[in-house]
Amino acid sequence: MTHHFSKRLPGVVGLVLVVVIVLCAIFADVLVPRNPTAQSLRDRMKPPAVELSNGSTAWLGTDHLGRDILSRIIKGAQVSVSVAASAVLISGMVGTLLGLISGYYGGWFNTIVMRVIDIQLGIPIILFGIAWITLFGAGLFSVILVIGVWGWVKYARLVHVMVLSLKERQFIQASRALGATDLRILFRHIAPNLLGPVIVLATLQIGEAVLLESTLSFLGVGIRPPTPTWGSMVADGRGYVDTAWWIAVLPGAAIGLFVLGSNLFGELLRDYLDPKTE
Amino acid sequence: MSRIILKRVLQAPVAIFAVLTIVFFVLNASGDPTMVLVSPDATPDLIEAMRTKMGFDRPLYEQFFLFMKSALQGDFGISFREKQPAFQVVLGYFPATLQLAACAALLSTVISVPLGVFSAWYRGSWIDRFSTAYSVLGQSMPSFWIGIIFILIFSVKLGLTPVGGRGGFSHLILPSLVLAWHFSAVLVRLVRSSLLEVLNENYIRTARAKGAPEWKVVWKHAFRNIEAPTLTVWSLQLGALLTGAVVTEIIFSWPGIGRAMIAAVLDRDYPVVLAAIFIFTIIYLVINLVTDILNRLLDPRIKDE
Repeated sequence: MTHHFSKRLPGVVGLVLVVVIVLCAIFADVLVPRNPTAQSLRDRMKPPAVELSNGSTAWLGTDHLGRDILSRIIKGAQVSVSVAASAVLISGMVGTLLGLISGYYGGWFNTIVMRVIDIQLGIPIILFGIAWITLFGAGLFSVILVIGVWGWVKYARLVHVMVLSLKERQFIQASRALGATDLRILFRHIAPNLLGPVIVLATLQIGEAVLLESTLSFLGVGIRPPTPTWGSMVADGRGYVDTAWWIAVLPGAAIGLFVLGSNLFGELLRDYLDPKTE
Repeated sequence: MSRIILKRVLQAPVAIFAVLTIVFFVLNASGDPTMVLVSPDATPDLIEAMRTKMGFDRPLYEQFFLFMKSALQGDFGISFREKQPAFQVVLGYFPATLQLAACAALLSTVISVPLGVFSAWYRGSWIDRFSTAYSVLGQSMPSFWIGIIFILIFSVKLGLTPVGGRGGFSHLILPSLVLAWHFSAVLVRLVRSSLLEVLNENYIRTARAKGAPEWKVVWKHAFRNIEAPTLTVWSLQLGALLTGAVVTEIIFSWPGIGRAMIAAVLDRDYPVVLAAIFIFTIIYLVINLVTDILNRLLDPRIKDE
């Protein structure tokens, strides 16, 4: 029993990390000790746990404009969580649907889907993201769309391959023999068998989405200031690494913990929902 | 064998054409390139004259055909910013990117193959736990953050390496380490899990039963069988490494294509962007082709469809 628990421990820790960060995002406005965008020139670049001019303590220090880093990290969780959740939802739905249809029917639709996948794999995501942002403008909605549109390929490939083998199985043949329509076979018989692996993939894709969003924000083509995002906070602090390391290092740690948490939790889920693969 | 090569070679122009078409229209829809060429206080007459001179006043489809015609001759136009042929501009950045990518690819192979093999061999040991931590962290930490941490520790605190730029060997260390960690994180897991699978096969039991030493079982009997899947992921990662080193190049001020391309996109220097994408697409196609061929040489069980 203890052996089993120690094996699950990383996954449980991951779940706790994700839950804490999601709660931070939901209750950000209540939780922040100070206004995350309020500047205070008298309190610039104060190290962690130092008392500020107004008598309060900045537990994670302040940045080059005197803004409270802890408050900005809590507020920044909102962007990461909402982008990751919506982007994964979009790409999961689009990818699963396209994979279902292309795997089940094959033919010209399948050819087109596979070619589009090939082409998309030939374009670097960062460039795609930047081209998209220059075209549709920066902002939360645009970033969600670019990551959502980008991510469908993995779902489509996974679902495609699974459908190819599922549709030859006997229970599918049997329901076809009983006169079930394609629609019924697809959504009543095939789709439920895909659920586990797709959920596992989606959980693992959360980290990918968080990394992408923070990378775009870091490069200055993501969500616009003054909205705090973890990626842009790292970019802000990049120039002060030698004098005030905490400005860049702490928000970067938040990104790492969120991605780590969702990856660990995804691995745990995989053990439960998709035991065949490692 | 020859059929699959022929098929790939015939597919290549189609893929290149499609990528160039999409990028051309996306970039053109994103803004007026004339404004980049004239100074901010230019008069409307001057702007109009420049637009006519560059052919931006023609219908988009006409610009597109002109672009394709010259692109096929390796002419992507003159870089708006550097006033030189765009193709040459991009090629000028290529050695730096290639050097960094080659260094990182070499480093990550040297790290990931032994680490993956030994963690499968001694499953559950400290080396297995270390390799798990190594790959989980490598996949979770954003590379720009790892880059900053490395700069903080090795350049600022310890003064061992330069902060950035391209120069001697010491300039290569940090950026290739950052890239290699990211790159090898996936590879270590793959080597480990595919080796574990192979070690359960009957022919491994046979090899052990006939008394082959364990190192020979692992390296000669088992490892030979995971070469093909490892190579596939390795080369896919290599493509990503060449094209995706953008962030690392920016963090370490490395003068490569990625960094130049980001600058070009932000400046709307279309010819440079298109030439860079053209080169990237070719690299990607060549890597895929070589992978397909090598896979068939390494694993005769793979059959053409």
